[in-house]
Amino acid sequence: MTAPRVGVVTFPGSLDDRDAARALRLAGAQTVSLWHDEADLKGVDAVVLPGGFSYGDYLRCGAIARFAPIMTELVPAARAGNLPVLGICNGFQILCESHLLPGALTRNASRHFICRDQLLRVEAADTAWTNSYSSGQEILIPLKSGEGSYAAHADTIAELEREGRVVARYVDSAPNGSQSDIAGITNEHGNVVGLMPHPEHAVEALTGPSRDGVGFFTSILAHLAKGAPVGAAAS
Amino acid sequence: MSEVSQFDTVTKAETTPDTPQPFAELGMKDDEYARVREILGRRPTSAELAIYSVMWSEHCSYKSSKVHLRQFGEKAPETDALLVGMGENAGVVDVGDGYAVTFKIESHNHPSYVEPHQGAATGVGGIVRDILTMGARPVAVMDALRFGPADAPDTQRVLPGVVSGISFYGNCLGLPNIGGELGFDAGYSGNPLVNALCVGVMKHGDIKLAQAPGPGNHVILFGSTTGPDGIGGASVLASATFDDESQAKRPSVQVGDPFMEKLLIECSLELFAKDLVVGIQDLGAAGVSCATTELAAGGTGGMRVELDRVPLRDHRLTPEEILMSESQERMMAIVEPGKLDDFLATCAKWDILASVIGEVTEVTEEEAARGGRLVMTWHGETVVDMPPRTASDEGPVYERPLARPDDLDGLQADDPTELERPSTDAQLREQVLRVLSAPGICDPAWVTEQYDRYVLGNTVLANPHDGGMIRITDDGDRGVALATDGNGRYTRLDPYAGTQLAYAEAYRNVAATGARPLAVTNCLNFGSPEDPAVMWQFSESAKGLADACLQLGTPVTGGNVSFYNQTGSTAINPTPVIGVLGVIEDVHNRLTSSFSHSDEGAKIFLLGETREELGGSAWADIVHGHLGGLPPQVDLVAEASLGEVLADGADNGLLASAHDLSDGGLAVALAESSLRGGVGCEVKLGEEPFLALFSESAGRAIVTVRADAEGAFGELCARHGVPATPIGIVGGTDLALTHANGEIRIGLAELRTAHESTLPQIFNASR
Repeated sequence: MTAPRVGVVTFPGSLDDRDAARALRLAGAQTVSLWHDEADLKGVDAVVLPGGFSYGDYLRCGAIARFAPIMTELVPAARAGNLPVLGICNGFQILCESHLLPGALTRNASRHFICRDQLLRVEAADTAWTNSYSSGQEILIPLKSGEGSYAAHADTIAELEREGRVVARYVDSAPNGSQSDIAGITNEHGNVVGLMPHPEHAVEALTGPSRDGVGFFTSILAHLAKGAPVGAAAS
Repeated sequence: MSEVSQFDTVTKAETTPDTPQPFAELGMKDDEYARVREILGRRPTSAELAIYSVMWSEHCSYKSSKVHLRQFGEKAPETDALLVGMGENAGVVDVGDGYAVTFKIESHNHPSYVEPHQGAATGVGGIVRDILTMGARPVAVMDALRFGPADAPDTQRVLPGVVSGISFYGNCLGLPNIGGELGFDAGYSGNPLVNALCVGVMKHGDIKLAQAPGPGNHVILFGSTTGPDGIGGASVLASATFDDESQAKRPSVQVGDPFMEKLLIECSLELFAKDLVVGIQDLGAAGVSCATTELAAGGTGGMRVELDRVPLRDHRLTPEEILMSESQERMMAIVEPGKLDDFLATCAKWDILASVIGEVTEVTEEEAARGGRLVMTWHGETVVDMPPRTASDEGPVYERPLARPDDLDGLQADDPTELERPSTDAQLREQVLRVLSAPGICDPAWVTEQYDRYVLGNTVLANPHDGGMIRITDDGDRGVALATDGNGRYTRLDPYAGTQLAYAEAYRNVAATGARPLAVTNCLNFGSPEDPAVMWQFSESAKGLADACLQLGTPVTGGNVSFYNQTGSTAINPTPVIGVLGVIEDVHNRLTSSFSHSDEGAKIFLLGETREELGGSAWADIVHGHLGGLPPQVDLVAEASLGEVLADGADNGLLASAHDLSDGGLAVALAESSLRGGVGCEVKLGEEPFLALFSESAGRAIVTVRADAEGAFGELCARHGVPATPIGIVGGTDLALTHANGEIRIGLAELRTAHESTLPQIFNASR
């Protein structure tokens, strides 16, 4: 069986694209580089929107990336539940701007960028990107962002809680002021996940605080192996 | 068209020799201006005057420091590792396996005082472009920062601004910040030091140089447009002392766009990989003036530039302003005609604006002898016609007068042995906590948490460890380690020894990660070179570094001099910041400075000799506000031996941790190792607990030795003649220090509060 093909999108200003690809390869995936300016997903089975500062984030984080040609094919496929998409940090911001996920990410409460090793509790272990974890499992992965404070209408938060769509929460309290200590959420199909901390930086003992981030990448391989709808073409 | 008709041309200069020119306002001396007239055989045009004034400024020409910096070359140790030496944008060293590393540290002190956020941000941008220009992919940055007292009102403005600028620019650029320094001293109140280091990696064959060979080749400006920002930044800001006028200079600080720089990096690396450039230069201080004169001088000597083809963000700019503009994120490339289309297509892919602004030209033998010929036109009329080498390489060189500072004898005689020492365990305990919580010693996380240390995925060590370390490639084990150090207090007491101590500390920090020191960069921050006392400090400092590098076999590969760091007539303590780069063959063998739970029971050894050395110490400063006496004694042979023990110990898996001893001595080192690993230690201090804890004797480190390796480690130390004293074990939840007549014991929770709460208390309160 050939390894599933997972695309990593590079926008101008993407920074953790190579790191996401490295993490996917370590987990056993075949990675495909996708370029923001091409409306072509190259038939990949899943997509990672990496961290960084797409288009400089000069308007609002993710606000311009949402309109990139690569998103024209991605958004409908993801919304329909067919294409698994993981948005990390800036990728999470892009998913919110694209309305694939509800809410928004706002400036950290401290008004400062925060880079630290952060303990998270995985709450939803049934998504395409978290099935390798168990619900309630605590993981240590880097958080590094300036606009990571999750904000949404109280009704939206209540809905996310009710439907079990809070994927991960900051343990103790959110260092950035996120509502309900939310670090990551998913859509109603569980194929689209947005996460503010960076699991791709916790995949090697040498360079990360732990190897706890690997689970996100093994999860997608397990998900795809189960014969879930595969390939952007499926949409 | 009235603007066009007003500009100064070569023709006008020839016919109006007596027109008064504002050379003095541009920072030129009478004799310098006279020399320009002599070179040109006429008065310079305004554009030529602009070029000479910036290129001959202290900042660009090193006119006061050159005679002293020469010894870095003259005393350079024999080494095969140096691939490109001083003089290029940055030096390049061979790190093995076909890889080369380029690294450099540079100051952005004055702009960071005027406008802390943008000043610091563009400091990062500038040094990153220097590294990129060598053909390397920038892979990490570090910052050595020094401010006035942490609780001083102006520090509340400057420090958060500088940190946010570095955070904004470096994080958006996607370069991990792997370490640096944070220091405070009243002398830096009106004159903070913001020194930024960048390191880049390339294959041997990829080295690019600033040169413009081949007549007919295109001269291309690419990256940002040119605007009025930073006009006169280099020559005025970097060369004037601060006084009341500095408020008026505010607009002249450059504004940074890290997103553009990120695109410029990726675009340039793609241009290099496709072999589309024959010469390259970044635009930093002195902008187009510097890039054109240096590229031309490094090539045929001939270049023709149409200045009106420079893309502007403000159409009102005059030729002189274009020449002096320091707009950021710009590069200049020399491209063969056959490769122009590919070059422009690659730039278009990255949305990078690229404009052909001129071409490389032939020069006659006579012109070559004069220093080449650089011609610039503005709407068809010649505004510059000069020999470029006279601006780039043949600027004035001064042998400034030197004089040992009058107050130095008194300062050195004011011995700290007279200072009152703690007489009870309670006092000793209180002083340990006080030193540990002082702003220059305490946990700098308030600052470093604002920097991304993970991006690129190859960071092996970063703050708070002794040095930063990165893996060179994803699929290899080889790595490089870097540390920067400087201690203005030591250097004030003895600039020669103090500089060697800064070098020794950086060397030791690199060795404590398990790497072997290989090469050196430096950023020499001093007061006014026109003050003979400052110039003496500078000369002693340069000599100290050159001698130390020769002795330990680590060449100086490049660096930067920052003069005029003073407020009014008061200079800062002389502060050479020394960066040492080392290589480790297998990054898996790296050492951290943390005591680890898994090593509970492991023996702690103190390596090196502890003497009664308190001159310039953190204890004297923090507890008594005292600066006097002599700094610790320098023994470079002992440093090299210690370095061998640490690197060998790491290679052979004998050590579980290593931490160098510096500011605050053993007290601070033990506390940091305990806090970083979250496990205590029990240590015996012997007869003189105070000296054991606070002496700052150089050439020391603490290591924990793996249980099965004590014998091998003992042999290793004996072989290198390094004294190794077992002082205790790792374990427990306290910093437990016993001595002949008692003990002090501090729980890790109390220790942590003392160490970690200082900066948040000061800087969160101000928001």
